[in-house]
Amino acid sequence: MRWKALALSAVTAFAAPAAMAQISDGVIKLGVMNDQSGLYADIGGPGSVWAARKAVEDFCKANKCEKIEVVFADHQNKPDIGSNIARQWLDVDKVDAIVDVPTSSVALAVNNIVREKNKVFLNSGAASSDLTGKACSPNTVHWTYDTWQLANGTGNAIVKTGGDTWFFLTADYAFGHALERDTEAVVLKSGGKVLGKVRTPFPGQDFSSFLLQAQASKAKIIGLANAGGDTINSIKQAAEFGIVAGGQNLAGLLVFINDIHALGLQTAQGLIFTESWYWDLNDANRAFAAEFQKANKGNKPSMIQAGVYAAVLHYLKAVHEMKSDADGVAVVNKMKEMPTDDPLFGKGTIRVDGRKIHPSYLVEVKKPSESKGPWDYYKIRTTIPADQSFRPLADGGCPLVKK
Amino acid sequence: MSELIFQLLGVPPQALFGQLLLGLINGAFYALLSLGLAVIFGMLNVINFTHGAQYMMGAFGAWMLLHYLGIPYWGALFIVPIVIGATGIVLERLLLSRLYHLDHLYGLLLTFGLALILEGLFRNYYGSSGLPYTNPIPGGTNLGFMFLPWYRGWVVVLSLVVCLATWFVIEKTKLGSYLRAATENPTLVRAFGINVPRMMTLTYGFGVGLAALAGVLAAPIYSVNPIMGSNLIIVVFAVVVIGGMGSIMGSIVTGFGLGIIEGLTKVFYPEASATVIFVIMAVVLMIRPAGLFGTVR
Repeated sequence: MRWKALALSAVTAFAAPAAMAQISDGVIKLGVMNDQSGLYADIGGPGSVWAARKAVEDFCKANKCEKIEVVFADHQNKPDIGSNIARQWLDVDKVDAIVDVPTSSVALAVNNIVREKNKVFLNSGAASSDLTGKACSPNTVHWTYDTWQLANGTGNAIVKTGGDTWFFLTADYAFGHALERDTEAVVLKSGGKVLGKVRTPFPGQDFSSFLLQAQASKAKIIGLANAGGDTINSIKQAAEFGIVAGGQNLAGLLVFINDIHALGLQTAQGLIFTESWYWDLNDANRAFAAEFQKANKGNKPSMIQAGVYAAVLHYLKAVHEMKSDADGVAVVNKMKEMPTDDPLFGKGTIRVDGRKIHPSYLVEVKKPSESKGPWDYYKIRTTIPADQSFRPLADGGCPLVKK
Repeated sequence: MSELIFQLLGVPPQALFGQLLLGLINGAFYALLSLGLAVIFGMLNVINFTHGAQYMMGAFGAWMLLHYLGIPYWGALFIVPIVIGATGIVLERLLLSRLYHLDHLYGLLLTFGLALILEGLFRNYYGSSGLPYTNPIPGGTNLGFMFLPWYRGWVVVLSLVVCLATWFVIEKTKLGSYLRAATENPTLVRAFGINVPRMMTLTYGFGVGLAALAGVLAAPIYSVNPIMGSNLIIVVFAVVVIGGMGSIMGSIVTGFGLGIIEGLTKVFYPEASATVIFVIMAVVLMIRPAGLFGTVR
């Protein structure tokens, strides 16, 4: 079901008469590219477009504003479609920065194109830690999360609390393999053991066979190296087959708040995983979430959508400071040079490999009795400090890092 | 001897029995869905590509009844197939019936387009990540070789009953004989004073109702989201083709059979479990182009 029309539309123009000469074509043009209508539309999709526009609006309240425009497109989770849009945007439509781009395979393709055209890539949606590892680029900032961070946060915490034997249910494609690899490394490093793994066809509907194999392995922890519908189906069916009741626990390796909303607390309770952002952490987040909710069918923002807001805001600050958006590498260097400071992620930094650094949160899903209502889903178990959240700079193999 | 066989296979017998049973359960969904397709194709000569969307509407229907009206699962099991079946009847009267005199392809394109529209509408209103639906009969029993959730047992029993009842009505009753006759030669059957168009309409409604029933059955165990049908429908089409387009018994037997084969593949070579059904389809089409139970028309 992928014959969807390419949704391209130019909207939101914040006009200010005195466009500066150094701004290319007199307008700062941001292109939000993500899954607008498929599996991942709720975690990014139109919500990310809203977040980008909100960042522009907030920036223009605080500063004398250049002409800024936000356009968006649907990459349908396909690298070829994503590449075409990226080329069209950068060559013809004069887009200065591409924003969001979930689905690692598409993100890696766009990463190359943006570098070739010397523009800016603000990634919030993709998971692969390769974006700041061997595929790192001087034109790219990877804002919100990555596979290393999730594996490290969740894997470490679980092994430390006694979950030392693991069985992996891995989605059989690049992202699942990366997540499994990164988590397995953490489990082994912290003294745990991996008893088995099974590669499940993507996308999957029925996971009961695989869950039965996991059950037979007697592993204490079943690691779900999958995302979206696969994660929802495997958690739902694990509850049905009495996996958790039988003493085994599930570890979600990439779970978004929208997945928990789709599962319901009755099924999802007790699940432990890592997040970069949660709407109910502080007043600033709650205020942003309340506004987001009004504009987005009653949903709270995911960490990806929050990341889009923060990344766009920081980009605009850097461009404003430089008074130019023409040279992508220069803008990203400026972004790395300036400390980040935004209402949602607070103060932080961007490393030389493009990795945005902030704390992460190990969360546990509340019991239905503990929740005050829809979207009140997490208990924060541990805050992982910023300096321990992400892969150490030297380990990523990024060529930009000087040895 | 038998122990030796299990040792050779490298799988303990308990695991094997467990997987066989699971395969049977998944086969129940395939059977129920392919039965609906087979009934519709057999009687109307329409390849109903909307079937996946109608299955999805069944699951959403169950959620809506619970969410908006407080009607639990057991009520939904009766109400949803009737309501969605009725929408099928409207669809058949308004659109499909105008295409009977044309090539199959027109019906296929129409139903395919409708499926896209329906999925788009649901996605627009309910988002893409899905909706929660609690299991109405949680818990289960330990069979010694596996834990059988009550709900899965219920799914197998109900779908077997529905499948066999449908087969009985179509193959063994007078009504069924009218239906079959009307497919062979509608003009002649009309000459005997039987209202053939109405029979076609009701058949389509019934087929759609079966899809909706499968949707309600799926809601507690699968993610309820707008694309749940399109993930499944391709496999179900393969089942129908293997069984023989339009053959009732064929779709039931191959539905359950392929569920089992797929279940076993998940143990021995999980990576291939999404492909195995299509490999079988290709082989069957080469050896018996009309399908295992089909007859060449």
